[in-house]
Amino acid sequence: MSMVLEILSWICLISGGFLCISGGVGLLRLPDFFSRVHASSVTETLGTPLILGGVMLQTGWSLDTIKLLMVGMFVLATNPTATHAMVKAALHDGQTPLESNDSESKATPPLENGGPKEEEANQEEDPSSS
Amino acid sequence: MYYLVLTVALYLFWVLLSGHYTALLLGLGAASVLLVVWFLRRMDRVDGEASFTRISPGLFGYFGWLMMAVVKANIDVVKRIWAPNLPISPTWTRLETEINTPLKKTLYANSITLTPGTLTTNARRDHLWVHCLTQDNAKELRAGEMEGRIRKLNL
Repeated sequence: MSMVLEILSWICLISGGFLCISGGVGLLRLPDFFSRVHASSVTETLGTPLILGGVMLQTGWSLDTIKLLMVGMFVLATNPTATHAMVKAALHDGQTPLESNDSESKATPPLENGGPKEEEANQEEDPSSS
Repeated sequence: MYYLVLTVALYLFWVLLSGHYTALLLGLGAASVLLVVWFLRRMDRVDGEASFTRISPGLFGYFGWLMMAVVKANIDVVKRIWAPNLPISPTWTRLETEINTPLKKTLYANSITLTPGTLTTNARRDHLWVHCLTQDNAKELRAGEMEGRIRKLNL
């Protein structure tokens, strides 16, 4: 029985580790800020829970199990908030997503169809240049 | 009533996390919980939207479905990351939605962001702006399975 748990636990830990590495590789390979955010969410939404699950199987049934479960829940609950805050900040800063039909083409003018409001604010002059 | 339930819940949470049961520590825990509840009361004067969510079985069903969707999306994104030719087609589009209660819209926008490959950048009254890693992700959102499931929820 404990052998089964051990194996299961290591499967979780190793696949979780692999997903975290994949997130890092994605950060390096993807072309712009907005697509990189997608890569980082791989780390948080599946990598972390798998590692926590593996650790949970290692500790056995105790109060720590519940704590780990809560850590997992908080990671999942805060991930969208943090991601959204980051993306908003990038939009405010005037970054626009690279849009493409194939990933080689340069960014098209992004907002002919009336983009979100932030875009108008971006027309203001850069405060650092004055 | 609201604050009473909140106090009890916070204190149970504190005990669960601390795992110490001496009088001094339990007292300190109670003091910090009361402090937090007092802060919350002051903040609610500004916000004014304190409310309980009815925790229905449907909500858990939805979370279960969401987790499955997240796992599937993760596998898809990881495949794309490791594929040598990097098969992505990023797109930033407007997504119409008929969800109109604030709570459900929050749930919807956050579910989209939680799923790798899709990401809410702006939430407006009747539409969201989403950034998708591939055109297919955008199509899948437009197909509206997630939206349908949230609209059926009894929140």
